[in-house]
Amino acid sequence: MADLSDLYQQLIVEHNRAPRNFKQLAHPTRRAEGANPLCGDQISLEVELDGDRIADVGFQGSGCAISQASASLLTGAVLGKTKTEAEALFREVHTMLTSGPGVPVDASKLGKLAALGGVRQFPVRVKCASLPWHTLRAALQAAAEPVTTE
Amino acid sequence: MTTTTRPALDVAQIRAEFPILATTVRGWPLVYLDNAATSQKPRVMIEAVRRYYTTQNANVHRGVYALSEQATAAYEGVREKARALVNARAVHEIIFVRGTTEGVNLVASSWGRTNLRPGDEVLVSAMEHHSNIVPWQMVCDAVGASLRVIPMNQRGELLLEELERLLQGPVKLVAVAHISNSLGTINPVVEMTRLAHARGALVLVDGAQGAPHLPIDVQALGADFYTVSGHKMYGPTGIGLLYGRQELLDTMPPYQGGGDMIKSVTFARTTFADPPARFEAGTPHIAGAIGLGAAIDYLHGLDREAVEAHEQELLEYATASLAAIPGVRLVGTAARKAAVVSFVVDGVHAHDVGTILDQDGVAIRTGHHCAQPVMDFFGVPATARASFACYNTREEVDALVAAVRKVRTVFA
Repeated sequence: MADLSDLYQQLIVEHNRAPRNFKQLAHPTRRAEGANPLCGDQISLEVELDGDRIADVGFQGSGCAISQASASLLTGAVLGKTKTEAEALFREVHTMLTSGPGVPVDASKLGKLAALGGVRQFPVRVKCASLPWHTLRAALQAAAEPVTTE
Repeated sequence: MTTTTRPALDVAQIRAEFPILATTVRGWPLVYLDNAATSQKPRVMIEAVRRYYTTQNANVHRGVYALSEQATAAYEGVREKARALVNARAVHEIIFVRGTTEGVNLVASSWGRTNLRPGDEVLVSAMEHHSNIVPWQMVCDAVGASLRVIPMNQRGELLLEELERLLQGPVKLVAVAHISNSLGTINPVVEMTRLAHARGALVLVDGAQGAPHLPIDVQALGADFYTVSGHKMYGPTGIGLLYGRQELLDTMPPYQGGGDMIKSVTFARTTFADPPARFEAGTPHIAGAIGLGAAIDYLHGLDREAVEAHEQELLEYATASLAAIPGVRLVGTAARKAAVVSFVVDGVHAHDVGTILDQDGVAIRTGHHCAQPVMDFFGVPATARASFACYNTREEVDALVAAVRKVRTVFA
């Protein structure tokens, strides 16, 4: 049975309370907007690319603890990574969020992001966790349209 | 709370009439506090729909055979029940629609496009549901009219002196909710229609939340249009009604074209039927109307005053209990309210509140409640909302309050 402590792990609660890289960048090279209009989660994510590498990343917005913590964890995870590495991480997170509860989470690849593993037991909340990641992908692909995971 | 000598509502008996209330969620008894979104359904209503499909099913207004006559009689019989529900003068002032949203859209399209001119104004209140904003925006954009907003105060009460001021302009129609779905405010519709009519403006009342909680009298309210959703008042989804004053309906063009809404059709010209048929193109939701009729009978069978008193008691108990929780702030504290309590928990998003409550089987609505301007006004992205019906109990308020206290510990 789904357990609240799986969803609201200490790391999630802590990142929600004090989100990392909650900031506007001075020199962003990429920017994307994400919004789930039905539930109201909204995120604006900026990336400063140095060649192919993410030299800085920041987000602003409002939403539930899951979306805010996911965005905060995202910034920590992709900082310093190449676009290809970030895309690989997107796929890992996506697989984790959408796989069945029985599938084990590979913490070696995910690190702190494994804390988002409990979300998949709460299907209506998956879109909250995935919104920042789709927004990052849109930024890296220089997509013009705002993204949504609803 | 007013002291009363009347016998208290037999809530246990009422609960026994709603099959879903006996179900469990994650092993907990269902505590259903999302009645402003949709109410649960009494067995008599469910049975009426089942009986229609089992023994009465035929199309209406067409066949000359017995079954079709019976279906037509049953369907048109509900129109009379609906007339009585809102106390319309005549049965042909009642149009069956899918729900309140379609009722507003019908008036905005049919009346609005015919009567609104460039420079005209339509007023909506600051607490309207999107369904009583967007159709007016669309028609105003199409005809070059302007949409203006009747402001409210921090308690969630409309400012009537501002309405009076706005009515000095070229206002053709005022659209207002009888009861706010996000705040619970009962708006002073009688006073508003009086002010609007004095300036020659019509009034449409969104009765989605009104019909389940209050006896409706469109004549006493002075409403020119009043629209209701069946599913919020113990009836089926997909059926509702629009009341329109006969003189207005008579002059309005059809909303949709099709079968059933004509007097005669040639390729050169069609003559439209009189209201209400003019506005009911195509085979209607017959089963829905039959279910709505059963729901109206159910409502009439209740002691409405006792229900109102019971719901007010739940409102007062929930308001006091939630306000006593540290970090909980109520949104919408009007002097006159229906049994809707919107609240926010400091530092915790409403969706997280909703998920935590759901773990204990407590179903509430979280989000913007299709009232984003209300959220903007109060400076919150979303609220949690508990809304009550006749079958809710003080014990369910206790379950709500206990679960909200738990929110604080999860995020401690």
